[in-house]
Amino acid sequence: MNDMRPIQTIGVPQPLVDGPEKTTGKAMFAADFDAAEALVGRILRCPVAHANIISMDTTAAEALPGVMAVVTEADCADSYGVLPIAMNEWALARGRVRYKGEPVAAVAAVDVATAQRALDLIKVEYAELPAYFTAEAARAEGAVLLHEDKPGNIERDVEFDLGDVDAGMAEADLVREIEVQCAEVCQVQMEPHAAYAEYDPGRGRLTIRPSTQVPYYVHKMLARTLAMGENQIRVIKPHIGGGFGARTETLQSDLIAALLARKAKGTVKVVLSREETFITHRGRPESQIKMKVGMKADGTITAVDFSAVQRGGAYSGYGIVTILYAGSMIYGLYSFASARFTGHRVLTNTPPCGAFRGHGTVKTRFAFENLIDGMAAELGLDPFAVRRANLLVAPTMTENDLLVNSYGLDQCLDWAEKASGWKERKGKLGPNKGLGMACSHYISGASKPKHWTGEPHATIHLRLDWDGGITLLTGAAEIGQGSSTVIAQCAAETLGVDMGRIRVIASDSAVTPKDNGTYSSRVTFMVGNASIDAAQNLKAKLVEAAARKLEIAPEDVECLGEVYRGGQQDQGLTFDEVVMAALEGEGTITVKGNYDTIPESWGGRKYRGAAIGGTMAFSYAAQVVEVTVDPHTAEITVDKVWVAHDCGRALNPLAVEGQVQGSVWMGMGQALSEETKFFEGLPIAANMLDYRVPTIMESPPIEVGIIEAMDPHGPFGAKEAGEGSLSGFLPALTNAVADAVGVRPTELPVTPDRLMELLEKKARDERTA
Amino acid sequence: MKTILSLTLNGQARDDVVPGNMLLVDYLREKAGLTGTKIGCDGGECGACTVLIDGRPRHACLTLAATCKNSSVETVDGLSKDGRLTAIQRGFNEKLGSQCGFCTPGMVMASEALLRRNPDPNEDDIRAALAANICRCTGYVKIIEAVQFAAAELQKREVAV
Repeated sequence: MNDMRPIQTIGVPQPLVDGPEKTTGKAMFAADFDAAEALVGRILRCPVAHANIISMDTTAAEALPGVMAVVTEADCADSYGVLPIAMNEWALARGRVRYKGEPVAAVAAVDVATAQRALDLIKVEYAELPAYFTAEAARAEGAVLLHEDKPGNIERDVEFDLGDVDAGMAEADLVREIEVQCAEVCQVQMEPHAAYAEYDPGRGRLTIRPSTQVPYYVHKMLARTLAMGENQIRVIKPHIGGGFGARTETLQSDLIAALLARKAKGTVKVVLSREETFITHRGRPESQIKMKVGMKADGTITAVDFSAVQRGGAYSGYGIVTILYAGSMIYGLYSFASARFTGHRVLTNTPPCGAFRGHGTVKTRFAFENLIDGMAAELGLDPFAVRRANLLVAPTMTENDLLVNSYGLDQCLDWAEKASGWKERKGKLGPNKGLGMACSHYISGASKPKHWTGEPHATIHLRLDWDGGITLLTGAAEIGQGSSTVIAQCAAETLGVDMGRIRVIASDSAVTPKDNGTYSSRVTFMVGNASIDAAQNLKAKLVEAAARKLEIAPEDVECLGEVYRGGQQDQGLTFDEVVMAALEGEGTITVKGNYDTIPESWGGRKYRGAAIGGTMAFSYAAQVVEVTVDPHTAEITVDKVWVAHDCGRALNPLAVEGQVQGSVWMGMGQALSEETKFFEGLPIAANMLDYRVPTIMESPPIEVGIIEAMDPHGPFGAKEAGEGSLSGFLPALTNAVADAVGVRPTELPVTPDRLMELLEKKARDERTA
Repeated sequence: MKTILSLTLNGQARDDVVPGNMLLVDYLREKAGLTGTKIGCDGGECGACTVLIDGRPRHACLTLAATCKNSSVETVDGLSKDGRLTAIQRGFNEKLGSQCGFCTPGMVMASEALLRRNPDPNEDDIRAALAANICRCTGYVKIIEAVQFAAAELQKREVAV
C-alpha cells in the first residue's frame, strides 16, 4: 500500500505556511492594525549631533486640543540596551543628545496634523558640544567623552594572540598586507519600523505589536523602561517585513509607542518614516581593517595578523559583540596555526550601529579573501588550490576553541568550481570580463545567549485536541525567513503526519513559550531541535494509546504515516482513532520539547571574549562571481553568481535557495552601491534613492548548489542557511574585478568613481613605467 | 478642501468625501480599510504601494485620491476570487517570490499589469515591468521565476479553453 509510509516533509521544497496571507495582502503588519482609529504617535528628534539638553518645555504641546499625551525622558524609568553590560541608551534622550535625529520627546494625538503641530510647539534648548563623525576624530586626544564611563570614546578594545604569529610570518614564503575601508551599510528591510500599543488603564496592562525580531528582548526592555511588571505586558509579534538584524534589539519606537499608550490611556500607533528608519539605523559599522598574511609557496597559510577599527555610533548597542566577532571569526573556515588581532570599537556622534546579517564577520572576510587572492596570483597558484591547501578536518576545535563538527567547504569548492566552468573559462572570457571566487562561513546561533538564565535555548509546545489538529506553539519570530515553516516541518516529519495537520502560532507572549528571537541564525538549529523533541514526546503518547487500543506492547506499534498498526496483517488505527484513544481519561494533550547546547560548544577562555563565536555548527559557502567592467564608465555588471552553501541537511530546499540568493544579493549591494553617508552627522542618504539598494535591473542570476555536510547535532543534520553566503560575495566581486581589469579594489562600495580612480592610476603608472 | 470621490474600487462602485490633499494610499488604507497596499518609503522610492489605476500600475503614494475620480482602482486585496489565489499569487507563493511579504502586494500588482498587457513576457520584459519595485529578501531571482510560473499557468489555461 503506497500511502502507508511515513509522510516526508523535510528535504522537500515547501512553500511558506504563511505564504497565502502574504500574496493576498491579508498578512497584518504592525502598521496595518486599526489603520483609522488609533492615536497617532510622532517623535521629536534633535537637530544637533552632540549637545547637552539645557531645558525642555512641553506645556504648549500638552495644551493643544487633540493632543492626548506628551512623553519625555521623565516618563522613562530606566535606560535600555541589548547587552546587559551596556545598557546606556534611553527611549527619549536624558540630559544629552549624541547623534542628529535622536528622539527627545514624543506625542500622541488624534491625527497626523495635530501630532505634527504639537511637535513644533515643544521647545528644547541645547548647548552644543564638539561632535565626532569618524572613529579617528572620536579617538583623538582631548576629545570630549560621549559617555563618562567610556574613556577615549572606546566602547571596547579587544585583542588576542594565539600561536606564534611572528614565527609563522618568518616561516612564510610570501608575506603581504592589505588595508580595506568599508562603508557603513544599513539593512533597509522593506517595512519601516512600527509599533501598535494598547494600554488598558483599568487593569494596568499593556499589549504591543512591535515590528521586531526579538519579542522577548522587547518585552524585557518595556518592563524596564515603563517600570511595569513583566507579567503585565503582552508582546504579540505581527507579520514582520524583514529585519536582517536591524530589529535584533529593542528600538526606541517600540518603547515610545508603549510610553505614549500608557500616558494617553489608550491605543497608539507609531509608524516611522523611511528616513526615521534609516536614522534608527543599527547597521553595519564603517570599518577599517589592516591585515597581514603569511603564506608558503604551496598556499599554506602560516599566520594572520590583523586589526579592525569600527565606527560604532553613539551608543553601545551590540558593539562589543560586533568587534569580538570581527576577530574571532577569522577562525572556523580554514586551518592555520597562529593569528593575532587587535580591535577597537569607537563611539561617535552618528546613529548607533547594530547587528547586520553576517554580524561582525563580513569585513574581516572581505579583507582576508581579497588579500589571499592576490597572494595566490603572486605565487602562481589557483585561488581554489589555495583554499584547498588550508581546509579543516572535522571534527575539530579551532585554535580559539570553536567547535567544528561538520565541514562541507571542500564540497562547496568542488561544486562552485565545476558549476562556474572555472577551469575552462578563467582567463578566457575576453577583455574587461573576469571571474573571482571566495569562501565564507557563519554560526548556527550563539551557543550562549546574551541573557543567560539557565533555561533551555529553545522550548516548543505541541497541543493535540479532539479535532485531530496539532497546534505548534513557538516563540520563534517568523520575519520572512521561513522559521514557522521549518519548525512545523520538523514536527511533522518526526510525527510522520501531513503538514496540513499542524497549525503554527508564533510569538505571542501570553500563549507561546519564550524564545530568544531571530538572530545569529539560531532558529532552525535550536528551535528545530526543540520541535523534534516535542514531537517525539507527543509521538510517545500516541504510540502508547495505540498500543492500549491494539492490545499490544508499545514497542510493537508500527507507525506508518497516519496509520498505527501492530504488524503487516493488521489494518491498524487511523490517526483520528489514535487521538481519541490518547485523549481518553486525559483530555487535551500538551507536550513540551526543549533544546540545549552542549558545553563543548560554548567557546574557550583563551582570551577575554573568547567565548564569542561559540556555536553548535558552522555553515560553509564558496562562490564564483562573473563580472563585466565598462572601461569607459568603470561600471561593474555582475553577470552571474554560482554559490555553494553547506547547510547540513536542507530541511526546506526552496527556502534554503531563497536565503542563499538573498544573502549573496545583499552582499552585492554592499559591494557595489550601498553606503550610509553623513554630512557633519546629518544623514544624507536616508532614502531608497540615495541609498542604492539594487533593483531587479542590475541583479544577476544566482545559481545555488546545496551541499549537505550533515551536522551530528543539527535537526535532521541541518545547519544555518541565511547568513553564511553574504560575506563571500564582497571579496569574490573584487577578485573578479582584479581578474577583469587588473586593479584590486580595497574600498567598498566599489562605485564607478572609486573604480575609475584605480583604473586611471593604473593607466598613469603604466605610462610612466 | 474636500471633494466627493466616486470610483470603482476592486470592482465595487463607491463614493467618499476625501480631502483634496489625501494620497490614494492613505485613502485605501484608512478610508476603505484595505491594508494590503503597503507604505515602504517616503514617496516613490520602493513600489510597495503599487496599485492598478485603469489597468496601469501606479504608485498609490504619489497619486492624490481625488484624481482617481471615475477611475477603476484595483489593489491586491481584491485579486483572489472565491478564496482561490490567482496564478500570480500562486507563483509568488509556490516559487517563494515572497519571503517577508512586504513588497509582495506591489510586486503582485505590477506583475498583474504586465501579464494583462503581455501574456508571454521574456525575462527582460519581467525585469522592466518590476524595475520600480524593490525587494530586500529574494535577490529577485525567485520573483522572476514566480512571474514566469504565472505566465505559463495562464497560457495553459488559455489552451485548455
